[in-house]
Parts: sequence; C-alpha cells; structure tokens
Amino acid sequence: MPLICGQNINFCYDEKPVLNDLSFTVEEGQVVAVIGPNGSGKTTLLKIINGILFPDTGRMLIDGKETNQWRRREIAKTVAIVPQETPSIFSFYAEEIVLMGRFPHLSNFTFENMQDYRIVREAMEKTDTLALASRRFDELSTGERQRVLIARALAQEPKILLLDESTVFLDLKHQVQFLSLLRQLNKEQNLTVIFVTHDINLASQHADRIILLYCGKNYAIGNPAEVITAVNIKEVYDVDVLVDRNPQTGLPRMTLLT
Amino acid sequence: MFIILLALGIVSLAAGSVYINPGQILMSFTDIFTGRYSLSAQDELIIFSVRLPRIIFAGIVGASLSLSGVVFQALLRNPLADPYVLGISGGSALGAIIGILIGAGSFYLGVPLLAFFGALATVFLVFIVAGGGRGPLLDNSLLLSGVVVNAFFSAAILFFLSIVNSMELHSITFWLMGDLSRASVKEVWIAAACLIGGFIFLYLQARKLNLFVQGDETARQLGVNVDRSKQGLLIITSLITAVAVSLSGIIGFVGIIVPHMMRLLFGSDHRLLLPAAALFGAAFLVAADTIARIILAPSELPVGVITALCGAPYFIFLLKRKSN
Repeated sequence: MPLICGQNINFCYDEKPVLNDLSFTVEEGQVVAVIGPNGSGKTTLLKIINGILFPDTGRMLIDGKETNQWRRREIAKTVAIVPQETPSIFSFYAEEIVLMGRFPHLSNFTFENMQDYRIVREAMEKTDTLALASRRFDELSTGERQRVLIARALAQEPKILLLDESTVFLDLKHQVQFLSLLRQLNKEQNLTVIFVTHDINLASQHADRIILLYCGKNYAIGNPAEVITAVNIKEVYDVDVLVDRNPQTGLPRMTLLT
Repeated sequence: MFIILLALGIVSLAAGSVYINPGQILMSFTDIFTGRYSLSAQDELIIFSVRLPRIIFAGIVGASLSLSGVVFQALLRNPLADPYVLGISGGSALGAIIGILIGAGSFYLGVPLLAFFGALATVFLVFIVAGGGRGPLLDNSLLLSGVVVNAFFSAAILFFLSIVNSMELHSITFWLMGDLSRASVKEVWIAAACLIGGFIFLYLQARKLNLFVQGDETARQLGVNVDRSKQGLLIITSLITAVAVSLSGIIGFVGIIVPHMMRLLFGSDHRLLLPAAALFGAAFLVAADTIARIILAPSELPVGVITALCGAPYFIFLLKRKSN
C-alpha cells in the first residue's frame, strides 16, 4: 500500500475546476517534485494531500485512510507543510513560531516539556535558525522566515513533508544546506518529501519522481529522464528548450532556448 | 501585576468622598482574627458594603473586557476587534434600554438580564449576517457585520433616547457611558463565577489562539479543528462580554487598549498574554473608577468617560512610540 494515494481527484474553487481527475501515488521514502505552469493546481494539490482541502469527488488517502477521516491533530503529526508565506498580525518570536510545530503533540492540559524544547532546538539547529530564536518573526528577511517555517515543520516530526516553493527565497548557501538536510532526513528517517517548484533543474536533480501538472491533470509522471523532455516542456509551457545530461549526475538538464 | 492590582485596590478603598486612612483599612482586614475594631462603624459600612463590592466589580468587568478583546483580536486577526466594534456592547445596551423603558428595573436583575439577552442576540445576529452557521467563518465579514449591526443599534438607541422622559434619560445615559455604581454583592458573585470559568476555558485554548493569529489555514495545518474551536471560543468570549456589559453598561477602550499594551510589554504568546491582560484590565478599570469617584466628589462621573479620556491619548502615544 503506497503511503500517499490520490484516486480520480476532482476539485473546484467555486465554479472553476482546478484539479481534474488526478490520480497519483507516492511510496514511503520517496522524494517527489511537482512542477507545472502557473495555475496548474500545484499548491491546491499540496493542500489536498495535507487535508486542508478535500476533493469534490475522488479519494485522497494517507496511510490508507481518507483525509476527511483523520482527526486534525493526528494528520498534523503525519503531514507537515512549509507554506510560501504566513501573514501574522501580531509579532511572535521566531522560537515561538517553531514551538507551534509541537501543537499536535500536546494536549490542551499540558505545557511543553524538555523533550519538546529539545526537538525545537534541533529543528532550529538543522535549519541554521538558532541565532534568530529571539528575534521577531515579522522583522526577519523572507529567506530567514522561510527557514523558520521549515524548522516549524520539522518540529512537527512528520512522516511526510510538503514544500511549496521553499527554496525560492533562500540564498545559495542555505539552498544547498537545505537540500542536503532533506536528503539526510530522507535517508536517515525515511522522510517522504513532496516539493512544488518552478525550477525544473532543481526538480530533475533532487527528485526520485516528478509529477508534471497541466490544467489540473498529471500530464506526465515518472522519473526525471521520463518527464523532463523537450517535447513535454514544449507542450506544457509552450517554450523551446534544450534538454541534455548534467555532466556530474547524468540527470536531465534543461536550458532555455531564446 | 497582581501586587499592583492589590495596592490599587487598597488606595481605591481609601479614596472617595469620605477619606479613610489606608493603614486602618489594612488593619481592619485582620480584625476578624484579632477581634478588635480598627474602623468606626460608619467607615466600616462604607468600606465593606459600598466600596469593596464596587472595586471587585470594577476589577471583574475590566478583566472580562480585556480578555474578550484579546480573544476577539486573535480570532478575527484584526487589531481593531473588541466587544464594542463587534456590536455586542451595543446590542447589550439596546436590551438594557428596552428594559428600562418597559420598567423591568422593578424586577430583580431585570435590566441586566435583558442586556444579557441583547448581547447574546447580537452575537447570533452578527453571525447570521456574516453567513456563519454554514460555510467557514470569514474574519472580515464578521467584523463588517458587527459594524453594520452596531450602526443599526445606535440608530435604535438614539430613537429611544428621543422619545423618553428626562428621568429615564438620566438612567439610560449613565448606562451608555458605563456605570459601576449599581453593583450588588450577588451580581458580583455571578460575574466572578463567569469570569473565572471563562478564563480557565480560554487559558486551556491559549496555544490554539497563538495558532489562530497565524491564520486559519496554518492553524488547521498544525492540527486545529478550526471551525469548531472558533465557535467554542466565540461563544465563551461572548458570554464573558455579555455578563460584563449587562452589569456595567458600555465601557469603551478597555477591550482594545489593554490587549495592545500587554502585547507591547509581554509579547503575543497567549499563555502569558491572557493572564496579563486580565490582571491589568482589572487594575486599569479599578483605577479609572477610583478617579471617576473622586474627581467630582461628592458626585460621580460615569467610568466610561475616564477610560475614553485616558485611553485614547495613551493609545496614540503607544502607536507613535512603536512607529519610531
């Protein structure tokens, strides 16, 4: 049984169809990239996997159980998402934001204990945010905020990590650091990662499998060599590209032809 | 904070149209154990039958309004939300005025009860106008419908004001400006029980409130059953507000100013913010009421006048300092 399984999912915002008979599976421990043009339903797909939105028809199964059958607290222990941006009206300290990741693990009647603080500390160490702990979240730069949100997701100790364009605002050093952290968590804890990105080369280099969305359908799904082809990209994005091999990894590499 | 509140209470006990030595008041608290009499019989009557219930009452109302302000601001993610803006105070006032007009004052708790139902009815009305009940509760529509309902109530209140005779007018006007002078011991007990129960409930949800400030979607993602939690919190908070407003009239600014001051001082974590706001709100209103009692002694001002007069400039000062 695959860890994540979408079956014939249809989803509309008001009258506008966003996902259209979408089916896919993700096995435990896989790293999957979701790519596709603007408005192709990438972020919606993440929200459906996360159980924040539910399919109009079709089924979304996590661990064999439909997302609308899960208790919110339980699913939050299994699936964590790093959103693009969280607007907050009152300012919290970065550490308080990360501590919020422990919410699903705590009952209303308990305080955080030493273990919770240790997990928060580790998450902040891994994301290089310990130095930001006592700064106000809304005064951080976009990239720093993103790293704090990644730490919060790690503090949830999820089995599945969803990333919505999480590397866009990171500088090169933190991008490399973050990608190697993902790889490490994937290897050591068998963390399943699904990331949405516009960077096709990033997807090609780091994903085991790629889902190429087009108008709410999975136009192509498979390993990078199968999905990243000049024909697919031309069809979906309407641009001419050259696809060759990355000399170091042998994986497909895309160059825009202008 | 608690010590400030206690000290303020003592000062407030001493001050008034009849001044009583604070030292003697403190002594009198030990009288029960020592069997002595530190105060004259008349002073004792003033302290324990008039001033003490009123001070406790002021504290309860101040704490209730501040707590409600904190929770409404978090839930609606809007720094301007408070019981007054949401129309709850206005609905309560309308209920009270109708009560005064139909002579409910002659029944025990008649006017406060009508005010209470006015507040509750407003909450439901605001919810219905905002499209609550079905579909998710939208923050802005809730606030907007509060404003609309409030405007309607203001018009209704003005209408009633223009048709009443002068005796009733005086009593209504006092009510509209907030009045703590009619507190009886029994009412204080009722309000205290509601406040304590409500506070415990809210405090257990403090972590959830932190998540709500991050937005409904983040809260949901981190494991909060958003719509159900929100409804529970809104109902309990409305109850606390309704009790406070129905017994004291409209006291503005406490619910907006105290939460903001506490946020600037203690940060936004609700586990610290809720108790801080409750204590400071209590102290703030006790102080305001003391000033209201002594400034024109032997006559009194409605406390709402004082809270608005001190509150507004201080609010501007805080905003200026923050932007610098």
